[in-house]
Amino acid sequence: MADMPAPASTRARMSRFNRAWQSDFAYKFRRSPVAVVSFIVMAVLVLGAVFAPVVAPHNPFDPGSLNLMNGFTAPGTPNAFTGESFWLGTDDQGRDVFSTILYGMRISLFVGFAAVMFAMVLGVTLGLLAGYLGGWTETIIMRAADVQLTFPAILVAMLIFGIAKGITPVEYRDQMAIWVLILAIGLSDWVQFARVVRGATLVEKNKEYVQAARLIGRTKAAIMLRHILPNVLSPVLVIATISLALAIIAEATLSFLGVGAPPTQPSLGTLIRIGQGFLFSGEWWILFFPAVTLLALALSVNMLGDWLRDALNPRLK
Amino acid sequence: MKYTTMTATALALVLGTGAYAETLKWARSGDALTLDPHAQNEGVTVAVMHQMMEPLLIRDPSGELVPGLATEWSVSPENPDVWNFKLREGVKFHDGADFTAEDVVFSFERALSEQSDMKGIISSIASVEAVNDYEVNITTKGANPILPATLPNIFVIDKGWAEANDVVGVQDVEGGEETYASLNVNGTGPYKLVSRENDVKTVMTINEDYWGKDEFPMVYTDIEFTPIQNQATRMAALLSGEVDFIQDVPVQDLERIKSTDGMKVLTAPQNRVIFFGLNVADELVGGNVDGKNPLQDIRVREAMNIAVNREAIQQVVMRGQSQPAGVIMPPFVNGWTEALDQYPEYDIEKAKALMEEAGYGDGFSITLNCPNDRYVNDEAICQAAVGMMAQIGIDVNLEALPKAQHFPLVNGLSTDMYMLGWGIPSYDSEYIFNFLYHTKGDLYGAWNGTRYSNEKIDEMTQAIASEVDLEKRNAMIAEMWEIAKADTVYLPIHHQVLNWAMKDSVGAAMDSDDQVKVKYFTID
Repeated sequence: MADMPAPASTRARMSRFNRAWQSDFAYKFRRSPVAVVSFIVMAVLVLGAVFAPVVAPHNPFDPGSLNLMNGFTAPGTPNAFTGESFWLGTDDQGRDVFSTILYGMRISLFVGFAAVMFAMVLGVTLGLLAGYLGGWTETIIMRAADVQLTFPAILVAMLIFGIAKGITPVEYRDQMAIWVLILAIGLSDWVQFARVVRGATLVEKNKEYVQAARLIGRTKAAIMLRHILPNVLSPVLVIATISLALAIIAEATLSFLGVGAPPTQPSLGTLIRIGQGFLFSGEWWILFFPAVTLLALALSVNMLGDWLRDALNPRLK
Repeated sequence: MKYTTMTATALALVLGTGAYAETLKWARSGDALTLDPHAQNEGVTVAVMHQMMEPLLIRDPSGELVPGLATEWSVSPENPDVWNFKLREGVKFHDGADFTAEDVVFSFERALSEQSDMKGIISSIASVEAVNDYEVNITTKGANPILPATLPNIFVIDKGWAEANDVVGVQDVEGGEETYASLNVNGTGPYKLVSRENDVKTVMTINEDYWGKDEFPMVYTDIEFTPIQNQATRMAALLSGEVDFIQDVPVQDLERIKSTDGMKVLTAPQNRVIFFGLNVADELVGGNVDGKNPLQDIRVREAMNIAVNREAIQQVVMRGQSQPAGVIMPPFVNGWTEALDQYPEYDIEKAKALMEEAGYGDGFSITLNCPNDRYVNDEAICQAAVGMMAQIGIDVNLEALPKAQHFPLVNGLSTDMYMLGWGIPSYDSEYIFNFLYHTKGDLYGAWNGTRYSNEKIDEMTQAIASEVDLEKRNAMIAEMWEIAKADTVYLPIHHQVLNWAMKDSVGAAMDSDDQVKVKYFTID
């Protein structure tokens, strides 16, 4: 049995996997315990969030399913009124903390990913344009970036959030809150991408392959997209990873300050804000578990980003 | 021996305090919105002003009306519409000016002016005239037996000072105006303003020339008032000794304070009822219902009323620091009865049946507006309500905002369901009907955000203001409450329990209006 040759398709897949597994990149990954541990932590958290409706014992976002009498149940001990027991306890509204963390992490991760995507698309586009076209385009874009850098990102995000809230009709505000968060964090974060991409583009655009492309008459758009973009992407990947951790924290900060996710659909930051009011009274679990989750999530993503930066840096080879 | 030395030292310290400066560091969740005495009828604002300014009559901590700037008052024997007030002689304003009848006339005219936020409280006053330097007559529109009870928050300021500083007109708070009067004070009160930074700190020092300096304890020589919005920070400030005394004590921390050495909590029933108001106009402002407003259907309002689990809110959200309510009137107000305060039994099945009957078995969606820095656990109560309404199919969007943004929504009629708390300074039902049930207009219904309009209630509200026969008046009030309660445009939640926390040494004189009057405080 053992020496029977595998079917061709499996072999191809195997070899592709093998090739990836044997690659330089994967080798570095396997050799770095920090990267492996970070990856596992992140994977567990992300999977938990994605499959929250399956994993979580309750749906904390369905207000009709909550029983207020379950409020403030300590982890693992049955509630005095209802007799129900919760693994990580409940918060002030009787929401199961474990389920709420999973659901809340969905918001945190979704906002984080989407905000970074948005910032990346915006920043890379503007960076490419500024770097390749130069002249007035460059001046305007880069000065705008400089101006924005003088404001702390969280302040920019709060400003955008305030304006957006003001112009959204009341009944849509709950749904809008998530999108506004994405917009706010994304808009406060594009500068980094723009600056790095512009710098890299300035280097690339004078290289021979670009001049060749120009000589054979390719359009500016094609040169930027097909030729330069692929060559400036590796620093972008590193920034994107680190930005993800920052975006998750920014979302938590905004929600903690009460301008982010609504209290009826709490993200990790909202949960921490709620829990913070019960620190003196001894209901530590409402704050502790969401805070530890946020820490684990942000730390693992950040560590991965750090590792990625080293791994992709040709000078450290 | 050791003990006697310690006792002696302690005694010396206690006796010594009288001679030295003693500062009361006082914190609560919000700041006064202004120092202009007639610009904002709001609890925190009035509480801060009570230290520095005085009304004609004042409520002592037990709630009794006692002489303030007026020493005696009586209805004129010839005309029941005229009240005569004898003023206290020899009183000086903080800048040394003499207090006379013309200052009273000036202040009342100011409080009745177009821009004033106090005019609703004294809407029954037609005119105020000085009889001589120390006597004024207040003429009401028809006899008003409860006029004195409406006066304790109407402060008197110096006419000459106001004219010299161009603050005869009342500050326009909503328009964002700042005036000399909104930042400075020249009253007759026991404490003088030293400095004020909005939302940061207000410092006051004792008024050595105060008329009642020997009459009241007045043990504190200075007051530092600091608003601390975050409840955990406020608690930390008290526990670390940074402040001596806090209001708006988080209910979850009461036990912690009680069990801390050198700290204590004072508790009393509060003159404040918390409730939800429902929009009963023809159409909703928002939500997913086209055309007819479901809240106009009494069955829907009743269903909502019995879907509110008041006992769960009391036990979990309020941790016992509230008393479930069946009427939007605190128990010590004239007109309150135990029968009125009976709240309906929590019954989801019955509520669902009522919704079905009304044709809203599938529910509808609505926005609930809620303050997040005004009442005890305001936002948490609203969140709990979202869950309770969801159980009978009503999908509630919660919008929690600071009080400065929430109240304009209520008064601007741009909310379908909102939370409000009501304290009754006159201790009489008239104040509730006047502000909350009368059809909204210039003078009446100022805080009626429900669009409720009932001709009979309107008529009777105006009638009880000038009904002198107390028995007849009380019968009318009882009848009005029957109508109002049956119409269920407000969903009563609970009466708040008032908690103040402080160091053991602070001898706070607690009052159910939550108005700190430091002149009554002692040092234990």
